[in-house]
Amino acid sequence: MKIPYYPGCTLHERARDFDVSAKECAKALGVELEELPIWTCCGAVYPLVTDSVMDVLAGVRNLSYASRLGDKVVTLCSFCYNVLKRSNNVMRGNKDKRDKANLFLRADTEARERIPSYTHEDYEGQVEVLHYIEMLRDVVGYDRVAEAVTKKLEGLKVAPYYGCMLLRPAKEMKFDDPEQPTIFEEFLEALGCDVVDFPMKTECCGGFQVVKDEDLAASCSQNVVVSAVKRDADVIVTTCPLCRYNLDRHQDKMAEEVKGFRKLPVIYFTQLLGIALGVDKEHLDFSDNTVDPRPVLAEKSLI
Amino acid sequence: MRLRLTTDMIRDDMLDRVETLSGQKLMACYQCGRCSAGCPVVDEMDIVPSEVIRLLQLGQLDEVLASKTIWTCASCLQCASRCPKGVEFSNICDALRAIALRARLSEPRVDADEVTPVMVTDAPQMGVVGALRKLNG
Repeated sequence: MKIPYYPGCTLHERARDFDVSAKECAKALGVELEELPIWTCCGAVYPLVTDSVMDVLAGVRNLSYASRLGDKVVTLCSFCYNVLKRSNNVMRGNKDKRDKANLFLRADTEARERIPSYTHEDYEGQVEVLHYIEMLRDVVGYDRVAEAVTKKLEGLKVAPYYGCMLLRPAKEMKFDDPEQPTIFEEFLEALGCDVVDFPMKTECCGGFQVVKDEDLAASCSQNVVVSAVKRDADVIVTTCPLCRYNLDRHQDKMAEEVKGFRKLPVIYFTQLLGIALGVDKEHLDFSDNTVDPRPVLAEKSLI
Repeated sequence: MRLRLTTDMIRDDMLDRVETLSGQKLMACYQCGRCSAGCPVVDEMDIVPSEVIRLLQLGQLDEVLASKTIWTCASCLQCASRCPKGVEFSNICDALRAIALRARLSEPRVDADEVTPVMVTDAPQMGVVGALRKLNG
């Protein structure tokens, strides 16, 4: 089964470990992620002001490319997922903006050269935007994921961190309950993990503010990591490269500031899935992690 | 001295602009404070989210535009998610940033020359793109 895949800028640069592990896991589950033949950055943040058409155009353009390949598009990065899904809602529900955006799409000659099936047809929001974890649940099925597990992750205490962008605004994202989501927990149970519930699982890591004010992001991230440490987690899993960065990179500072702090590795959920599915370890790269997850994974005889 | 305040005295085009740009009704807020209580970056703000809305209800746009608060918001949407009246403070914040940046009342907040090389090469691209769009307009 082939499903169109939108990686986004970060997955082709800083988060290659996420991209590669996700593709390999999909392959092991009988799904081929077909990368769009042409794509651009989605813009990373969805505009919260009402008058912006330009700011949704990047997302819309990518959706339009995806619509030539299939009726779904899968993405991994939480920011991309948020931007694509909300931009898609604009195309479905806002005629004025849809018409304006389509004027730009019609002028997109590069797409017509690169995608043979690209025509002048307008884009109207027909593609369904899926997060990879929704694909696992709804297209593959968690029961089939569980059947494909060759190494149960028993004894590994995993804290699932959702962050913001998958969940909010709930009425548009329709991903899960914004305060008590469970999609991640059910996934981890399929892998045989001990799921650790912790109160900060939907709190913000500081997000893009890290670029302007690193201390601010460090303090937000500290609240999240300390909460998982207190619940005795072995590892945090996330779906977002920026969350991974914020939670992982600031742990030296946390160790200085918090008494009894224990460093906690932060890995992508696809890396954990890869271990469970027996994906070749050359595709599971942990070298970018500041807090190395390999000792705890080795201690549990998982790598 | 007795002072009688009416919405006619307070409202002006700029407040209408905030409401239009944010898509939010400022007067819907009844000051319960859940936005401020749930905000993960509230400690770094000089005026808390519910106070920003109160100041806007009273027409004090200049004070709000000069605050640190509007540049501190990380757009995590926790406030919007928890508001019992459906007021999305995060969107009001984006509108205030847009007003400040478009009218050049404020300098861009991320100086591309001052972003450290470590940040450019080490941080995920989405963070840098997001910061530039949110804080520089």
